[in-house]
Amino acid sequence: MPIARRLLALTAVCALALVAACGGSDDDPGTIILATTTSTYDSGLLDELVPRFEERTGVTVKVIAVGTGAALRMAGEGNADVVLVHAPDAEAPYVASGDLVGGRLVMTNDFVVVGPRDDPAAAASAPDLPAALAAIAAGGRFVSRGDDSGTHKRELALWATAGIDPGALSREETGQGMGATLTIASERRAYTITDRATYLALREVLDLAVLVEGDARLLNVYHAYVVNPDRHEGVVAKQAEAFVAFLLEPATQALIGRFRVEEFGRSLFTPAVESPVGGG
Amino acid sequence: MEAIWDGLVEAFRLILRGDGELFSIAGRSLLVSGSATALAMLVGVPLGYLLGRARFPARTLILAAVGTGMGMPPVVAGLVIWLLLVRSGPFGGFELIYTKQAMIIAQFLIATPLVIAFTAASIQALPARLPDLLTVLGAGRLRTLWLLAREARLGLLAAVMAGFGAVVSEVGASMAVGGNLVGDTRVLTTAIVTETSRADTERAIAYGLVLLAMAFAIVAVLTVVQQRSPR
Repeated sequence: MPIARRLLALTAVCALALVAACGGSDDDPGTIILATTTSTYDSGLLDELVPRFEERTGVTVKVIAVGTGAALRMAGEGNADVVLVHAPDAEAPYVASGDLVGGRLVMTNDFVVVGPRDDPAAAASAPDLPAALAAIAAGGRFVSRGDDSGTHKRELALWATAGIDPGALSREETGQGMGATLTIASERRAYTITDRATYLALREVLDLAVLVEGDARLLNVYHAYVVNPDRHEGVVAKQAEAFVAFLLEPATQALIGRFRVEEFGRSLFTPAVESPVGGG
Repeated sequence: MEAIWDGLVEAFRLILRGDGELFSIAGRSLLVSGSATALAMLVGVPLGYLLGRARFPARTLILAAVGTGMGMPPVVAGLVIWLLLVRSGPFGGFELIYTKQAMIIAQFLIATPLVIAFTAASIQALPARLPDLLTVLGAGRLRTLWLLAREARLGLLAAVMAGFGAVVSEVGASMAVGGNLVGDTRVLTTAIVTETSRADTERAIAYGLVLLAMAFAIVAVLTVVQQRSPR
């Protein structure tokens, strides 16, 4: 079938032309892939910060919002240039292996335990965090992220602190981001653990109240790292380092501290310069 | 009920106001899915023609494989293309991951089996001797193909509709290989996911309505062409 063959050849040429037409030129300032958590994204913080960096440097930042576990794995395989994550225990092996370098503390906020306003498990009246978790385990329903994110990892660590086996609970895993998980918890009158920023951003549409907060174990720490260009081919390290430096600039840090303050009457993130854990 | 009504009202307001973001996202959906469908037709129609007309030993097996491809979940196509295009993958050097091109490739993979299957079925439904007859009557090769395509247009246009409908409405592959980047690879379906997780229901509904309207407009035009009686 010569005609069919000719058509096939034409198609191949078209496809190649399409691919070629879209390849970048050499003198452009470059593109970096930022793998980050859903919380920094769903709260809208990166929508505020990234365009400023792009405007100033001309570098394009591709923000891929996944869980911290997935973001770290992307970094570990060289599929990202810079990460902004919040699970120090999970970050440590990547730092030890040399996949992640130049780690800097960017900001903090805190996790809170939220649940139905009438608090059927009486978690709010428990004397401390482990007791509150025990109360939820005994008398409430719990919805977990279940997506290997920083919040999910923290949740599992907190159950361990309280000496409770999460597998034995009436606990459901959504496998979705924080926004979706909060909505599901709200609809099912269940408890969950969330970063405060996402909760505040969605508060109006949720039938959930903050029941436990302020415990030191609920501190949420965000670090930025550059993926090691010596270990992974194709990493755009110079621009990635510039992005991390940008996050730590006084002007950016002030912006993080002010982010949506007027809307919520309090800041969603505490910039590293004022943070309780000091420089990373 | 109130939330749905408010959402619809606000959605119509966004559409009527000519919301810039809404229309740029809709345009991107059209561009990506339209290109993917066009490429799928370029590749799928000749292959479908071959499968419909030629007789060779592995033909049934290939038809079965194509049929399976029709049911392939978009998210699986997305995963495969992601693994191939990501930096550590075999084609990472092309730097196509998280671009519209990557989305077109993934959607092409989703649409092509549909186009092949619909084309093969419509060609096979034509009288087996028709091409020979046309040749005898003095039609050249290209003219023969054109006349056959006209005869088979019911099925061919159904192939376009099925292919376009499948890719414009899929979310898994676009999310995985496009990355849902604002102003770059965010299309209607991935925007709906984002706005839903950000609890901006009005925008999510508006995007959903635009998606439906777009699909309807395109299918309506194709249906008119399809149902027109041959001159």
